[in-house]
Amino acid sequence: MSFLDYFLGTRKKTASVAKDRLKLILAHERSDGTPDFLPALQAELMAVISKYIPVEKEQISVHMERRGDFEVLELNVLFPDQR
Amino acid sequence: MAQTIVVTSGKGGVGKTTTSAAFASGLALRGHRTVVIDFDVGLRNLDLVMGCERRVVYDFINVIHGEARLQQALIRDRTLDNLYILPTSQTRDKEALSAEGVARVMAELQQEFDYIVCDSPAGIETGALRALYHADAAIVVTNPEVSSVRDSDRILGILAARSKRAEEGREPVQEHLLLTRYSPKRVQEGEMLSLEDVKELLRVPLLGVIPESPVILQASNQGIPAIHMKGSDVAQAYEDTVARFLGEERPLRFVQQEKSSFFKRLFGG
Repeated sequence: MSFLDYFLGTRKKTASVAKDRLKLILAHERSDGTPDFLPALQAELMAVISKYIPVEKEQISVHMERRGDFEVLELNVLFPDQR
Repeated sequence: MAQTIVVTSGKGGVGKTTTSAAFASGLALRGHRTVVIDFDVGLRNLDLVMGCERRVVYDFINVIHGEARLQQALIRDRTLDNLYILPTSQTRDKEALSAEGVARVMAELQQEFDYIVCDSPAGIETGALRALYHADAAIVVTNPEVSSVRDSDRILGILAARSKRAEEGREPVQEHLLLTRYSPKRVQEGEMLSLEDVKELLRVPLLGVIPESPVILQASNQGIPAIHMKGSDVAQAYEDTVARFLGEERPLRFVQQEKSSFFKRLFGG
């Protein structure tokens, strides 16, 4: 950036924009919202469970969350109404 | 027992092969028996950068499949007689790199060499995973640019989880950051992430900074590892990088902009 640019304020410091964006995205990706294997795990669980119980895909949900020092894998299966 | 070093990055085109060639040559220049392996099956290029493309007869995949002995596939470097290149196949796909096959070849190389440098392909698929699996140390090649930094962070996560050391619960892979294509001028102008920025974002010790330079292209044009480009800034920066890897203290060079004239500062350029 030249001296004149500085006074005219014609250029923004794009490097600091890059740094701020990276800070956010890296923090988010490191805290790992969804590990890569969750969709596959959900599909395989679905296949096994539906062998024995008639359930729909929407009735199975798999979540992973961090609680303090450990991670919790939560599996939720909603059984169909028995009529 | 050899030390195994993976040169990796996640992102393509950041300088992995250039670095593998220069770094392996640098280790050999220091007197270490070194082998550099191309893991980029199907897109082999290390042979070109090392200038030995016309001497490839057998490759890494032939050895894995028992079609050739390791000694037949290893190519001696043009200038350094303690440096060998193990080229990869141009025709097969990455699935040809079986985990057992790679382990067998690595075990054999361990007996013969001081350092094994693994040139990883881009991406996070089989080839990249095989390249990093046996690593004791990793050189994460990063450009001061958003997508490269993000991909490097990703590959650092994979190193921590998927390497043999991680699987066996041993001491983790030693991580090193190598910043390439660095332009002090653009950093000063606020257009490029600084080395401090990248260090802070990735939280990995900095092994070296390689400046952006036309010399890199001149070197690869001729099939000469950049560290042999006598007197150039990149050759010196790679020499420093190798020295630091071997435990020497070296101050960073080529990270400050040369002083420009009054007129340049006034009018830009």
